[in-house]
Amino acid sequence: MIDLALHLAAGAIALAVLLNLWRLLRGPALGDRIVALDTMVINAIALIVLIGMIGGNDTYFEAALLLAMVGFVSTIAYCKFILRGDIVE
Amino acid sequence: MSVIADIVIVVLLLLGAGFALIGSLGLVRLPSTMERLHGPTKATTLGLGALLVASVVYFRARFGVWTAHEALISLFLFITAPISANMIAKVHLHRLRTGAISEPDSIAGPPPRPGGDGEWATFEAPRRDTPASTANS
Repeated sequence: MIDLALHLAAGAIALAVLLNLWRLLRGPALGDRIVALDTMVINAIALIVLIGMIGGNDTYFEAALLLAMVGFVSTIAYCKFILRGDIVE
Repeated sequence: MSVIADIVIVVLLLLGAGFALIGSLGLVRLPSTMERLHGPTKATTLGLGALLVASVVYFRARFGVWTAHEALISLFLFITAPISANMIAKVHLHRLRTGAISEPDSIAGPPPRPGGDGEWATFEAPRRDTPASTANS
């Protein structure tokens, strides 16, 4: 039962990543693309956690934690660059 | 592994994956950028939180170990998701104001003005003597 639920969840997250990719490629405004990238990072974290659960290996969570930090910093840096034309003033 | 832990894990997994999918569906389906911010920033964060709780219960039930990484990840995400949403909304307001993009064609219309003589903070300089715009300096 848990195996089935794990694989269903992984499929749903993969579909979510595809939807994000569509918005990333399509998105009319620049804000849409940034939101799509940010959501993609969150979905990638979810996929990494699910892979860790499927494999029964908790080493993957370090990668998920690092990805959470890097994703946040990159989103903020991108937004800051567009707002101010510079990242560190 | 007990049946109760089994059921809790399955419910949390399906709930989390469903919320993440709904968030991304909202990103595709909603009509304007400001509305598109709602789906990912709330639903997807909540879905990931449910997945991480499922992971804590799973590792406790299957291997008998408590893992703290999930708590760290969800704490970090719950702190950072509103901040990045705020920054993206500021970028959108900024680009609306500078005329890089046209007004949103949503039901809600453009965002309301802040009260008093205030202005949305997209053009505010971080310090007193920094120029408000770096466009032509």
